[in-house]
Amino acid sequence: MSGQLVVAQELPWPPSVGDFYPPNVAGPWVTKFGIMVWLAVALLIIFFLVAYRKPTLVPGKTQFYAESLYGLVRDNIAKEQMGAAGIRFAPYFTVLFSFIVLTNLFAIVPGLQISPNSHIAFPIVLAAISYVMYLYIGARKHGLGRYLKQSLIIPGVPWPMHILLIPIEFLQTFVVRPVTLALRLFANLFAGHLLLLVFTIGGFVMLNSNSLFVQVTSVFSFLMAIVMTFFEVLVAVLQAYVFVTLSANYIGSSLADEH
Amino acid sequence: MFIAAEGVEHNPILPLWQELVVGTISFALLCFVLLKFVLPRMEAMYQARVDAIEGGLKRAEAAQAEANQLLEQYRTQLAEVRNEAARIRDDARADAEGIRQDILAKAREESDRIIAAGKEQLAAERATIARELRTEVGTIAVELASKIVGESLADEARRKGTVDRFLSSLESAGAR
Repeated sequence: MSGQLVVAQELPWPPSVGDFYPPNVAGPWVTKFGIMVWLAVALLIIFFLVAYRKPTLVPGKTQFYAESLYGLVRDNIAKEQMGAAGIRFAPYFTVLFSFIVLTNLFAIVPGLQISPNSHIAFPIVLAAISYVMYLYIGARKHGLGRYLKQSLIIPGVPWPMHILLIPIEFLQTFVVRPVTLALRLFANLFAGHLLLLVFTIGGFVMLNSNSLFVQVTSVFSFLMAIVMTFFEVLVAVLQAYVFVTLSANYIGSSLADEH
Repeated sequence: MFIAAEGVEHNPILPLWQELVVGTISFALLCFVLLKFVLPRMEAMYQARVDAIEGGLKRAEAAQAEANQLLEQYRTQLAEVRNEAARIRDDARADAEGIRQDILAKAREESDRIIAAGKEQLAAERATIARELRTEVGTIAVELASKIVGESLADEARRKGTVDRFLSSLESAGAR
């Protein structure tokens, strides 16, 4: 009994932010998160290189999977959001999408069990790329002045309204968009991991309790953990889709000729 | 145990700068490799496949159109040929009719000619016979008369004019 209690005390309960920062493997550069990101990069490079080692018009199985991924992003995200101009960006979106999906799915891979995207640094990098991309593309297409005017001034509005609208539009385009892009992905993965921790560690804590009733009800906690794991798969794919779709939408609005 | 060794919890909203660097470099590498070596080929393959499918459809459509055109052409040709055949038949029929008419006309002409020639010949023969008969009848009558009279009236035969006159009067009497 006392041994069990020791185990219970060793479990980090309640789950806290500290659970997201495991000790460094070797210094600040070699961390679990860093290793996971490199792993994701390596896996994706290997997968795509193997899939496209010898591409044929009638695809093999691996080639088909890789092309399905590309086709999904190309037709359902890039073309949907940006029209024919989106095809030019489809390769980048495909890389972005597959990277986010894979790193998100690390949240439920045994042994890893946390997504790199639950550290805000990685979503910030990805969002920053999208941010720079849509600003640069907008400025290049229309010229900086016209791009700013187009982004800030809504046509057909009585002029006093602009006093209110211009700051709102500025905040919207240049602050809220990139911040929410990064925060949305980070928060979803952060919360998802926290939920899994709550139900899994909570289950163990209940199992270690002195009351038989609480020990039995721990079953529900574990069941919830399993349900939440499936839910995490959905969130992983959905958040990747949302991230890429919004990026495409922002780039598309930079290319558009009207507000 | 899992809590950071420093005992100070990191604010999760603030990024670790090392992770920003790692994330940037690793994602840049991923983008470089995939965007350079894989995805352009994928887009090319995509286009090639679209071409293959759409091209196949287009080719099939073109072949269909060509077949239809050929069919139409053959139909018009067939109709032309039929018209031609009908025309030739009509011509032949007309020709045949013309030839028949010609032949008939010629035959009729020929028969008329033959008949006319026959009639002429008959008339001539009749005239000859009548002339011969006239002399012969005269001779016979004279001989008969001389036999009946019992004496030669040969001398009197020189008076042929008498007999002729007699016969002429007979003819004119018959004609009246």
